[in-house]
Amino acid sequence: MSNKSRGASPYWKANLKLMGILLSIWALVSFGFGIFLRPFLDQFSVGGAPLGFWFAQQGSIIVFVILIFVYTHFMKKLDAKYGSDEEQNP
Amino acid sequence: MSDVKLWTWIFVGLTFSLYIGIAIWSRAKTTGDFYVADKHVHPVLNGMATAADWMSAASFISMAGIIAFAGYDGSVYLMGWTGGYVLLALLLAPYLRKFGKFTVPDFIGDRYYSDAARLVAVFCAIFISFTYIAGQMQGVGIVFSRFLEVDVKWGVVIGMVIVFFYAVMGGMKGITYTQIAQYCVLIFAYMVPVIFISLQLTGTPIPQLGFIGNSGGEPLLQKLNGLTTDLGFTPYLSGSKSVWDIAAITLALMVGTAGLPHVIIRFFTVPKVADARKSAGWALAFIALLYLTAPAVGAFSRINFIETVNDSVYEATDETATPDWFKTWEQTSLIEWDDKNDDGIVTYKAGPENEVKVNRDIMVLANPEIAGLPAWVIALVAAGGLAAALSTAAGLLLVISASVSHDLLKRVFVKDLSEKGELRAARLAAAGAIFAAGYLGINPPGFVAQVVAFAFGLAAASFFPAIVLGIFWTRTSKQGAIAGMLSGIGFTTAYISISNSSTRLPTCPTIGGSAYPPKVLAHSA
Repeated sequence: MSNKSRGASPYWKANLKLMGILLSIWALVSFGFGIFLRPFLDQFSVGGAPLGFWFAQQGSIIVFVILIFVYTHFMKKLDAKYGSDEEQNP
Repeated sequence: MSDVKLWTWIFVGLTFSLYIGIAIWSRAKTTGDFYVADKHVHPVLNGMATAADWMSAASFISMAGIIAFAGYDGSVYLMGWTGGYVLLALLLAPYLRKFGKFTVPDFIGDRYYSDAARLVAVFCAIFISFTYIAGQMQGVGIVFSRFLEVDVKWGVVIGMVIVFFYAVMGGMKGITYTQIAQYCVLIFAYMVPVIFISLQLTGTPIPQLGFIGNSGGEPLLQKLNGLTTDLGFTPYLSGSKSVWDIAAITLALMVGTAGLPHVIIRFFTVPKVADARKSAGWALAFIALLYLTAPAVGAFSRINFIETVNDSVYEATDETATPDWFKTWEQTSLIEWDDKNDDGIVTYKAGPENEVKVNRDIMVLANPEIAGLPAWVIALVAAGGLAAALSTAAGLLLVISASVSHDLLKRVFVKDLSEKGELRAARLAAAGAIFAAGYLGINPPGFVAQVVAFAFGLAAASFFPAIVLGIFWTRTSKQGAIAGMLSGIGFTTAYISISNSSTRLPTCPTIGGSAYPPKVLAHSA
């Protein structure tokens, strides 16, 4: 868990970068679009719903699901590229 | 009502026999079976089980109603209870799975090389789980009493017996497979009435799209916003809370979700680390199916309620008449009408002229009747509510039982406990926890009702930082972790006891409502 060698490895760096990007999107769609920018975004609309309101009640949830699957996909690639250190646990 | 009762007994009987059948088929033979289903659960199936584990009676029964009355303010639950899964998938689940242990205190104790930290974690896990489980057992009792006119007490007892069967015999293995079945039951029960209502209101059978569609020539949401504004209620689309309130509550619910032990342990049950990530994605996808529908249920039912109830004539028999379901549910006191001006017309608006008190749970419970659907659909809702409550209760029971038998006995006090002895201890602990939970369900102490609203706050303040820092910051020390968990849980508990906690969460302040349901149900996921 906390071995120091992991701190510098390219695998770990790539992992942190990916996490940073995905968590920024996570915050943007919920706290950004759904909350702080809602009054501004509400002048646009998706279907019959004001955009900001829609992000707060549906849009952010859809993005959350996509984010996790994107993460899973890229981590699989990382594991393949750097040689996965995850042996199957007994 | 007797038709509904018959169907309800049929559905409840069928689903309960299914759960017992699964329990007999999936008996746990080892402690690995009992705690983590031998780490053999397929990631997609684990996702489904996690969804049922997570979505409780409150998600099923109360959430759509809260959204219906709170409008935009209700978004905190939608974003908060789903956004936490992103944190869980990116920051916790894969690393905890990689660690390869059975429980959350396992991780805390081993990562910080400290039995003191382990004990603090055990205390937090048990404290959080008990506050949460009381609400679930109560939810079971309420569904029984509402639909079958069985006393709440006996409803809780029936629920206890069922959970006893599959949790004590099967442990995590039994719980996992029953949760998969329970997810199917609850999602089917949730979707069927909504699909019909969406067809009636918006002409599309997909409620998630009907929500942003048109109703009678204008956008449904704009129409609803107009109706609520005209009647003096908080405008549906903008709510009444400040952005900072909304942001803070959302964040607390997100972090709390990621720190709840009964959710975390589900990710110990998959074969590989990569599976833990995948599983979190599937869990959220299955949850999203209900959570994308809930805002639609909220909007549809609020429109239906306003249009059919307001200005209706109570004694009339033509199209201006107050609908039958209104009168049916009046008998349960979930709806109360007080004809203040004696004009025989039901007035539903904000302010002193309002004559209608309505409990928000009506929005899901009465949905099938409002849409004029047959008796079996109403019965389905009862089976779905029970599935939601039982699945969450079982997951919490496992946390409590593993905390006692594994973390307390095996890892600290009786280190030479044999495999057989530990399995027996785990079963005994689960049985004991069921009785305690049942007792709390029947006699809910006042403080639980307050604290459970903040099980999220407690989890967010204790487990989340200790785990995330333990993973990402190698220099986190055991002293730091212990101090962090204790001050987190202490501070949050103190805050809860000095402030009237529940008033800060969006509910339906202008509507009023009877004492039922207890706050316990409303604020657990």
